[in-house]
Amino acid sequence: MSNLVVILSAFAYLLLLFGVAYFAEFLAKKGKSIINNGYVYALSMAVFCTAWTYYGSVGKATDDGVMFLSIYIGPTIMAFFMIPVLGKIIRITKFQRINSIADFISTRYGKNFTIGIVVTIICIIGVIPYISLQLKAITSSFEIIVNKNPGGNIFLENSTLIITLILALFIILFGTRSVDATEKHEGLVAAIAFETIIKLVAFICAGIFVTYGIFNGFEDIFTRAAKHENLNKLFEIDAEKSSYSSWFTMMFISMMAVIFLPRQFQVSVVENIKEAHLKKATWLFPLYLFLINIFVLPIAFGGILIFGNNSLDADTFVLALPLHFGQDLLGLFIFIGGFSAATSMIILETIAISTMLSNNIIMPVFIRNNLFKKTIDQSFSKVILYVRRISIVLILVFAFLYEKNVAQHFSLVSLGLISFAAVTQFAPSILGGIYWKGATKNGALVGLIAGFTIWFYTLVVPSLANSGVINFSIIENGLFGFSWLKPNALFGLEGFDSITHSVIWSMFFNIFFYIVISVNDKPNAQELYQAEIFVNIYKHAKKDNQGVWKGVAFIPDLNALLENFLGAKRAKNLLQSYAQRNKIPIDAVKEADPRLVDFSEKILAGVIGSASARIMVRSITKEEEISIDGVLKILYESQQLIQLNKELRKKSSELTKATNALTKVNEQLKMIDISKDEFLYTVTHELRTPLTSIRALSEIVHDNPDMEEEQRMEFMSTIVKETERLSHLITQVLNLEKYENGKQRLNLNSFDIIGLAKEAADSLKHLAGNKDIEIQLIYPNSSLLIHADEDLLRQVILNLLSNAIKFSTKNNKIVLRIVDEQDEIGISIEDFGKGIPSAELPYIFDKFFQAHNQTLKKPQGSGLGLAICKKIIEMHNGKIWAESVEGKGSVFRFLIPNFGARKSEQ
Amino acid sequence: MSDLAKVLIVDDDPNILMSLEFLMRKSGYSVFIARNGTEALELLASNTPDIALLDIMMPDVDGYEICKHVKETEELKKCKIVFISAKTKESDIQKGYDTGADLYITKPFSTKFVVSKVKELLEEN
Repeated sequence: MSNLVVILSAFAYLLLLFGVAYFAEFLAKKGKSIINNGYVYALSMAVFCTAWTYYGSVGKATDDGVMFLSIYIGPTIMAFFMIPVLGKIIRITKFQRINSIADFISTRYGKNFTIGIVVTIICIIGVIPYISLQLKAITSSFEIIVNKNPGGNIFLENSTLIITLILALFIILFGTRSVDATEKHEGLVAAIAFETIIKLVAFICAGIFVTYGIFNGFEDIFTRAAKHENLNKLFEIDAEKSSYSSWFTMMFISMMAVIFLPRQFQVSVVENIKEAHLKKATWLFPLYLFLINIFVLPIAFGGILIFGNNSLDADTFVLALPLHFGQDLLGLFIFIGGFSAATSMIILETIAISTMLSNNIIMPVFIRNNLFKKTIDQSFSKVILYVRRISIVLILVFAFLYEKNVAQHFSLVSLGLISFAAVTQFAPSILGGIYWKGATKNGALVGLIAGFTIWFYTLVVPSLANSGVINFSIIENGLFGFSWLKPNALFGLEGFDSITHSVIWSMFFNIFFYIVISVNDKPNAQELYQAEIFVNIYKHAKKDNQGVWKGVAFIPDLNALLENFLGAKRAKNLLQSYAQRNKIPIDAVKEADPRLVDFSEKILAGVIGSASARIMVRSITKEEEISIDGVLKILYESQQLIQLNKELRKKSSELTKATNALTKVNEQLKMIDISKDEFLYTVTHELRTPLTSIRALSEIVHDNPDMEEEQRMEFMSTIVKETERLSHLITQVLNLEKYENGKQRLNLNSFDIIGLAKEAADSLKHLAGNKDIEIQLIYPNSSLLIHADEDLLRQVILNLLSNAIKFSTKNNKIVLRIVDEQDEIGISIEDFGKGIPSAELPYIFDKFFQAHNQTLKKPQGSGLGLAICKKIIEMHNGKIWAESVEGKGSVFRFLIPNFGARKSEQ
Repeated sequence: MSDLAKVLIVDDDPNILMSLEFLMRKSGYSVFIARNGTEALELLASNTPDIALLDIMMPDVDGYEICKHVKETEELKKCKIVFISAKTKESDIQKGYDTGADLYITKPFSTKFVVSKVKELLEEN
């Protein structure tokens, strides 16, 4: 077949790929996403099957028989774990806006820069050779289909380079449309899905041709193969080659690779649109693997049966068989299938690694050196895009150079497995990271470095030694001559194939350091926080997490920051729509809502990686470091909720108590109100009696000018007396009211109580004399100082004395006694009248007791005198009481504390 | 009305008693006075007044009881009852009428009003 046809076909195919991608993007702009679909998602996962599958499986099958299947059985088993494991990773990725596997691990371990760099380096060293492998596959397949003589056509010599450049253009066009790396690459993914269909169909066509075109079906091939001396051994697992361990290793690392290869993480996690699409992938992806492997053995057997064990590379059987039988057109289609397998892998792997390279290595350098701060203009997004584009070109150029200079020393399969073993190093830190909160940054970091170092020493170093790049003696004698450091038999471990040997040691040290260091480590708050989010993602991802953010940021700053990276329009749209969705007020003056800050950081994380985003957001905020307390708060959220519940219950019982107390107070108030009403009623009632007499008598006097003079005089004097009684009552009521309200202040001064008592007795001498009553005074000294309100005390003594006179019988005496009791002064007033019934004693100091108890009702007195006396004594912190024996008389006593006067005396 | 109409006045306040006695005598009635409930009941045992002017709040026997006694006694069924009281609450007044009073007058009262009302009540007989 002519070079031109092949090359044109390849370019035509690439053109078709551009068309598919453009079409998908065109539809996406119209709102019809073709990749938002479980089938496309599952197909895009099949990017797992690279040119290595396409060509290499047959090669491997001719060497090791059914062993080649292990690489597909692993992912098939993994399909069972897709929903729990991959689903969880997807949820975390979406929630935290993670854009690569390096970002994932870095974010889990406290958004740490170093760990992101380490993961990126592992990917670059571990996976770029794998990209070279695809380039090599393209070159080899070219050589086969054009059947060229080495060193022939200059254009052909450089076709790989040209194709590489075209792919770079494609990736740049469809992979770096938007700065937000978490945005879905519609065109890219659609193209990948398209390619996976092409490669499957092409491979099946090849298989059908070999099985049914050259031979007479499966039975024919297998029967013939069984008779062939070299082939029958391929049917069984060879125990001598320690194949069981090899099987296990292959399955294990392919299980890990199907998730942790950068391109797999890209399609199945970063590009995932809906978690629900996983469900389709769990059966569709294994089905795809099954279909693409059905014809591997027939082609392998067919190739050997046709070509014999001659020099022809078994990796080329797929293509060589149809060509051998003159099926050029089929050959071209199969070539295109292989080409699609290779390009789809190159595209995705490059986009994934370039994101890591730019976000985890180059961006942090920019950020660390404050390059973004110095040039506050809107070109950041352009800078980021250029960085990512340059990364793409760098990776492809690196892969190309590697292919030209190093890759020739490896077979297709060994290069692929080395990559698998490299990404398997991520397994502990990722799987541990999403299920074990105790895992720490240092544990992950040391584990990764240890595993990767051993991987490098046991797999890469021997290759380099074999190809003469480094001294071969290291293989024979070990590093520095230590035999236990032989790369192929580390610590004396022998009897395993090189991959198994490497995986055993690298995983052993990786996991060992990961666990031991984590257990003995003290994680910082940020790590604890991220650990909690990752492990309990389903709890946190449901709500908009306010996190333990404690910084203070302002909307204009946030806006400016996002504008720099996303452009003014998008920044504004994003912030506003988020604010609207969550009903957060956007106020230019006030501090931004913590959720808004968190959201901005996540958006930025999608653009420049989480670690860088954190630094950038921190640059515009006055952030207090996340405190351990804050993290503990989140960690113990559930416990807190329980606590909160308890407190709520407590609060509610407190409320009930408060309500009860209020009810009580209310009742008391009501009682006071009632008694106030009662009092008013009683007062008005008491006022009515004298008023009635006054009115009636006045009217009589007025209406009867002719009444007898004597009677008129009696009426008139009664009117005057009743008027006096009325005014006295009013004064008493007002006084009592004053004392009870606390409006009356004591006018305290020191005076001689004995003098006061004499004075009071003198003033009532006349009244007492009317009833032939003698007032007798008994006192300890000639004078006794007291500190009290003189006017009020006089009122009390006068009141009690006049009561005594009132209730005394004629020709009797009243004894007024003053006693000095050191700290208090006692005064008693004793009469020898009819006394008070003992049942009534407790009530005599109540207001209007007379009025309530009709037996005591007397024409004189307001019924308030004793109540007023009691109040006055209480205001002096003293006490008053009465003792009485009915028929023999009563004693009224009161005590008043007397500290103040004694002090002034001394 | 062959004889003078007989009026019983009961009040524990001597001044009110004095003024009511004056008013009734001046109207030309035959007047009995009692200074408390007990005295009133004693008087009622041997006399049949045509009208009784009763205070309510008194130390021993209150006005309601006297009223009740009057209403329950066959010989006294013609006797009109007038309460003259300082109790002014609606409930007290209602209670007065419920006990059987013909009139309830609150203190302080208008002398002319009392005189004319007593006259009206006596004319009903």
